[in-house]
Amino acid sequence: MRKPVSLIAGAAILGLALAGCSGGGDTPSDSGGANEVEVFTWWSSGSEKVGLDALVKVFNEQYPDIEFINASVAGGAGSNAKAALASRLEAGDPPDTFQAHAGAELTDYIEAGQLQDLSSFFDDEGFTEVFPESLIQLLTVDDAIYSVPSNIHRANVVWVNTGILENAGIDPKKAPADIDAWISDLEKVKASGVEGPLALGTEWTQMQLFETVLLADLGADGYTGLWTGDTSWDSDGVTTAIDHYSTLLDFVNSDYTGLDWDAATQILIDGQAAYNVMGDWAEAAFAQAGLTYDNEYTTWPVPGTEGIFDFLADSFTLPVGAPHEEPAKDWLRTVGSADGQQAFNLAKGSIPARTDIDAADYPPYQQTAIKAYADDVIVSSLAHGAAASIAWSGDISSAVGRFGSDKDVAALQSALVDAAQKALG
Amino acid sequence: MRKGVRNWGPPLLLVSPTIVILGIFVYGLIGANVSVSLSDRHSLSPAESFVGLDNYFSLFAEERFQHSLYNLGIFTLFFLVGTMLFGFLWAWMLDKGVSAEGVFRSVYLFPMAISFIASGVVWRWLLNSAEGDRASGLNRIFESLGLGFLQNPWWNDPTWGMAAIALPAIWQLAGYVMALFLSGFRGIPDELREAARMDGASEWKLYRHVVFPQLSPVALSALVIIGHMSLKVFDLIMAITKSIYQTEVPATYMWVALTSNDYAKAATIATVLLLFVAVLIIPYLIHTSRSEKAQR
Repeated sequence: MRKPVSLIAGAAILGLALAGCSGGGDTPSDSGGANEVEVFTWWSSGSEKVGLDALVKVFNEQYPDIEFINASVAGGAGSNAKAALASRLEAGDPPDTFQAHAGAELTDYIEAGQLQDLSSFFDDEGFTEVFPESLIQLLTVDDAIYSVPSNIHRANVVWVNTGILENAGIDPKKAPADIDAWISDLEKVKASGVEGPLALGTEWTQMQLFETVLLADLGADGYTGLWTGDTSWDSDGVTTAIDHYSTLLDFVNSDYTGLDWDAATQILIDGQAAYNVMGDWAEAAFAQAGLTYDNEYTTWPVPGTEGIFDFLADSFTLPVGAPHEEPAKDWLRTVGSADGQQAFNLAKGSIPARTDIDAADYPPYQQTAIKAYADDVIVSSLAHGAAASIAWSGDISSAVGRFGSDKDVAALQSALVDAAQKALG
Repeated sequence: MRKGVRNWGPPLLLVSPTIVILGIFVYGLIGANVSVSLSDRHSLSPAESFVGLDNYFSLFAEERFQHSLYNLGIFTLFFLVGTMLFGFLWAWMLDKGVSAEGVFRSVYLFPMAISFIASGVVWRWLLNSAEGDRASGLNRIFESLGLGFLQNPWWNDPTWGMAAIALPAIWQLAGYVMALFLSGFRGIPDELREAARMDGASEWKLYRHVVFPQLSPVALSALVIIGHMSLKVFDLIMAITKSIYQTEVPATYMWVALTSNDYAKAATIATVLLLFVAVLIIPYLIHTSRSEKAQR
């Protein structure tokens, strides 16, 4: 009787050992060595990859004896990377530093106690002085700062095809004063024979258009209040914005739900639409198409948002239990340094978060963005994780996506109210 | 006693690693998933308490989840009807005898060799919803053939849009159902047909009373296989539309919940999906094991 039991036990152990092999992780951070830093991003292709490479080059010059380990995970807007990151954090195996959208998207990690407070690091490095005051405020959660921004993008930009507007008898250089004026321009363009004068794309680009309309109708303070609970989602201002947004949807291309942002921008480049609301990464598409700024195309802030900078930023964090904390801090120093920001942003097409840079080094569109960033009121973008937590913006995204098919103003507003109630408690 | 061990010991030893691995990675993880779905783990922070079936009640009360179920229902309906209909028709025509049967068989079966992700990329273009000047894909083909009235928004239609997503799925799997039916047809001995003809049965009566009854096990297998594939459809939708509201089904909603760190909700949807599939599969398994016993 003894023998079979031990046999079975042995087999069970064998099975467990096999199971262990398939379940255990071979993680890059196990490779040992104190002078290395594992950097987790979703920048694995395109201008983002070029930007990361430029940043790594500066890092290697500043800290030649630290080895850079690239742990980037490919995939749309970081959703694959976020899933991979969550499982690593869950398993207590964080990378030394990871990329995240600055702002509210970090709250989940902060509440789970997965990020280190970088406030004193900010003071030591003098970052508090070189980053604008309003940005520091937006980065601060409960009196602490948890990430170092590497770049700044602007979301409330209208890209304008000047040729089409001139055809319709509108001065393309002069932005309409508010959304109503813009809608009457859109009508003129439509009358001149352009079927969908406002190019639009999939769910998140609809959300970005919607947030800029909210910004235009509520103003910077009213809009920011939406995220803190000071502005109520069932107010008349929000209703007006939803009505405006609904009217704007009458002027878009019919296939918008199926297009990613670059396909929507391409409609404008191809001369089949007059306007497109998109972040300033669209600049690269125009440059690649060989168009020149202020000639074939131009930009202005979304009508009604003059003097407001709807910001989003990528940033780097210091996770709790990072295996190589000192090298990780060196990486954050490079990210925040003037040289690092310069190299990264020239390559990625964004603008530096620091204000002590020379705008003359940048192409013409970025110069306008740098000026606006220094002078304007800065607010957080919803569509890019700066304004609301991941779950909240997910709920809003779904409600906006639904509105795209049923155009039910009351249903959208009540969904927005519910989402805010759930998120703010 | 010794002899008994000799008999069952070695086979048990042989299968025990599989049992252990299955126990941990299939049933253990199903259990872990169910336990997360019963907790209040709605963020990255650890769960604080056991909430019973609360997550299930709030999930089914959610308009968004009902919408995803509706979408799944439309998709399943069109997918099942489409594959069974085309699969059966093709098999029947091949059974009636055509020249170059091998060629037709491969042509019909071929789409199955392509993954949903790969064909989804192509269908994403074919099902482009732009009409008129900017039309591409099917709408462009209709336009250039002078069939402009057939142009439609495909999956952008709020009510029947999911039927458009079923098109590529039907295209992909109708050939497989055909193969199943064809083997069913071929499994019917010629003697039976001969005998029926001798008794003076017309061709229709022959099919109605001799052939079709013998095909019902095949039809049931095909329904179960297609049905469970339909319930867990994920990759096709991610390839064609990405995770957006219009084409949301429970599987893509689960992905959205998971990537927005709502672990409890994602686990709840996963459990619900598992139950759906179980509702389909378990009666089938019982049925087959009973009919196998009956045959012995």
